[in-house]
Amino acid sequence: MTTIEAPRDERDLRVVGRSLPRVEAAAKVTGSIAYADDIVLPGMLFCKLLRSRHPYARVLSIDTSAARAVPGVVAVLTGHDLPVNYGIMPTCEDEHALEHEKVRFVGDPVAAVAAVDEETAQAACRAINVEYEPLEAVESIEQALIPPDDEPLHDYAGPANVHRLAALEFGDVDAGFARAAHVREDIFFFEGNTHLPMEQHSATAQVVADKVTLWSSTQDPHYVHRALAKVLDLPMGKLRVVAAPHGGGFGGKCDPFSHEIVVCKIAMMTGRPVKCTLTREEVFYTHRGRHPVLMWVRTGVDADGRILAMHFRSALDGGAYGSYGPASTLYTGALQTTTYAIPAYRFEGARVFTNKAPCGPKRGHGTPQPRFALEVHLDKLAADVGLDPVELRRRNFVKPFSRTVNWLRITSCGLEEVTNRVLEASGYARRERRRGHGMGFAVSSYMCGAGLPIYWNKMPHSECVVNVGRGGVTLYCGATDIGQGSDSVLATVAAEELGLWPGDIRLVTGDTGLTPVDLGSYSSRVTFMAGNAAREAAAKMRALLVGVVADEEGCAPEEVEVRDGKVGRMTFEEAATLAEERFGVLSAHGTYTPPEGIGGRYKGAGVGPSPAYSYSAAAVDLNVDPGSGEIRVNKVWLAHDIGRSINEMAVRGQVEGGVYMGLGEALMEAQAYRDGLHRQPSMLDYKSLTFLEMPEVETILVETHDPEGPYGAKEVGQGPLLPVIPAVVSAVHDALGVWIDEIPVTPDKIVRALDARAKGKEARYGPKRFPDIPYPDLVKVAPPDAAPAAL
Amino acid sequence: MEVPDGRELLRLSVNREDRLLLVRSHTTLLEVLREDLGLTGTKHGCELGECGACTVLVDGTPQLSCLLLPAQVEGTAVTTIEGLARGSELHPVQQAFVAQGGLQCGYCTPGMVLAAKALLDENPAPSRDEIKEALAGNLCRCTGYASIIEAVEEAGRMLS
Repeated sequence: MTTIEAPRDERDLRVVGRSLPRVEAAAKVTGSIAYADDIVLPGMLFCKLLRSRHPYARVLSIDTSAARAVPGVVAVLTGHDLPVNYGIMPTCEDEHALEHEKVRFVGDPVAAVAAVDEETAQAACRAINVEYEPLEAVESIEQALIPPDDEPLHDYAGPANVHRLAALEFGDVDAGFARAAHVREDIFFFEGNTHLPMEQHSATAQVVADKVTLWSSTQDPHYVHRALAKVLDLPMGKLRVVAAPHGGGFGGKCDPFSHEIVVCKIAMMTGRPVKCTLTREEVFYTHRGRHPVLMWVRTGVDADGRILAMHFRSALDGGAYGSYGPASTLYTGALQTTTYAIPAYRFEGARVFTNKAPCGPKRGHGTPQPRFALEVHLDKLAADVGLDPVELRRRNFVKPFSRTVNWLRITSCGLEEVTNRVLEASGYARRERRRGHGMGFAVSSYMCGAGLPIYWNKMPHSECVVNVGRGGVTLYCGATDIGQGSDSVLATVAAEELGLWPGDIRLVTGDTGLTPVDLGSYSSRVTFMAGNAAREAAAKMRALLVGVVADEEGCAPEEVEVRDGKVGRMTFEEAATLAEERFGVLSAHGTYTPPEGIGGRYKGAGVGPSPAYSYSAAAVDLNVDPGSGEIRVNKVWLAHDIGRSINEMAVRGQVEGGVYMGLGEALMEAQAYRDGLHRQPSMLDYKSLTFLEMPEVETILVETHDPEGPYGAKEVGQGPLLPVIPAVVSAVHDALGVWIDEIPVTPDKIVRALDARAKGKEARYGPKRFPDIPYPDLVKVAPPDAAPAAL
Repeated sequence: MEVPDGRELLRLSVNREDRLLLVRSHTTLLEVLREDLGLTGTKHGCELGECGACTVLVDGTPQLSCLLLPAQVEGTAVTTIEGLARGSELHPVQQAFVAQGGLQCGYCTPGMVLAAKALLDENPAPSRDEIKEALAGNLCRCTGYASIIEAVEEAGRMLS
């Protein structure tokens, strides 16, 4: 376990907490920063992938002879050249860089061509003749539950096309329901959607001597490094993965991808650098985005509206491959308990394979869907028992420094405060009540990094080195800035400790050959984990410099101030020179490993634990046209428990961006299919909010100073998206009295719900049944002593 | 020497420099800028004129370089993001984007900055609605747009 120095008095903080421009901002506004596709190497080849046009088919033969004969073609690959399977999760390594036996979605890569230019590579791909035997495609969750006529998508699937099942019970749920004064059930559906990063994925590989280097638009070079070593059968020491400056990820660049593996293989075969950049259409089919999830929830409350028991079921449409699926499945059931003290909780989850682009992690990974269902369900429950929906929530809020029924350790928790601040700012309680205008409110919580790594090991999750020398201060860390601002966080932390400014720190990040490990930019882990590692490294360097200066000046180390570019009476450079004279190379390191005991010990307990949780509350004000169902969002208030802002400007940017993405998901974004084809694989047809639709956002930051976060900081990259979606649904109900139990909330659904009400039916649009799923026997887990049941 | 079939000889003025180029007739201005001139600050996001990432200024007017053939801009002055700063001094619009946090991943930023500059050249004190209208063709997935609007307002104040 990492020992963390007690925070210095916050009055001492000189850089942390300010609003400062990002360290790489000038390079971005001048266009001089080189993203993955901006890399050009001498003699470079260009690669294109041939992808399946069938949603599901056996590959009978692949004839590449015509492609090889195209002038300018240098290499043609098929799955025979890359036979080793891989996948991000050790339990479902079900992918091949190129499939040569079976294709499972439109877009599944089957062959690759490298040529002197992209156009030639594309033409040669068209010259490859693949003979397919189409199989009956699985298009829905329901269909995936029926034994297929042909064969399941994967050998390890089953029953039918089920990928993964989970069934957990914490406490006595039946007894809780038996004691309940009121019990309610609801069914919800959340359609899938995609990340839509502005930058298409791109990767370039180069081989020098026997060493392979890959530059890629990846969020986690470490996991790509591992996958490459396996598939290419090379020692990790012969491989280097560099995360290029990143044009947006949101979770979509967290898996190891075919194009990354293929360019390495071709570079190894030809000895020439190779680049592969996906087209926008390919990005839509590469996906790994938000799972479509069908959900059923049943909650029992006592006469005062206190939750006695909850039973939550989810069914995830996983698409064609495993990806992060086992984790995604468990995430749909893990964080219900981090906002509400649920004394008895049962979760049953299932993920199925279908012949669509694989789903994976997107901002909030597996939790926006159940958060939408849970919050809307509680709104309805509150109405049932005649309580104000905010009051019902308050009565069930978790307490700071408590333990949930599923064993998650809660530390700092600003849930009450974010609620109060949003209500106060938005005037929710005093809102104007008129037809067509509504306000909605919801809360949420998210992790500050996954408590466990994706593959089991006992090594640190994040490591940093700070070197000081005649080249100045350099910080090395595997963390990857995907636009969220992690480079600025690291520079700010180092600057704070060393009495410098962020711009004084040179950064080397996201490079498996040069930097110590950081697991990557996923699960909102970087500020908390890499921030702590950077702080430890920089604090050690500070102590070293202070010691040397104290000796020189003949005073106690406590008397040496480190600030404004000075160490005691010396300049930073003088102090560094003195220290180098005495010690030689000045290098300090720091590591972060999450503490033991933050989660349970049951099977499935690996998903959900985090060293801390952020809390958010949202209020949404909107107008809905009762005739057309068209929604105009007027304003969103978002209060977020950030622990402490490392850089307030960056934090606000993450809140505003999270609200934006939440609104897009709530109102319009959908990765939907017809006959295996994406319905809208372009940026014009796949709707996202422009300047014109984006409402004003009022950001309220609440600082709870987490005892283990760096200077008390927690995450902000993912949490603020979560409450926005249910708050939109709630606001639509407030405006028109209809429940839209399916995301996105599009005008046609509102009109249909209004029509249903006009015909005397339920004033609702949404799924009507939850399928019979062969969940396994429940794993019964005794709640921890400190769980609400025992309080 | 004759120009071979399918190729075109072009004379372009990009960032105040005259360039003589032999390109394939069907390559877009975006490709010529990025691949023939090495001006990779101009980004490709969609290849179909939907996202605004490839915005350049043609005689001061924002245009989507992925929808232009280079022959269409012969005789005009093309400005890419690399042509905006004067030496190491950032243009006020660039300074404002930095200062206001008007960027995160930065991939849409070159197009956004150029579209904003064109707006401010015509209208130094635009209203919020005018800013939104002028930039509505430029998508950003990171910022939620608010900080970009603030950056344009700030740039307007700096320029006037």
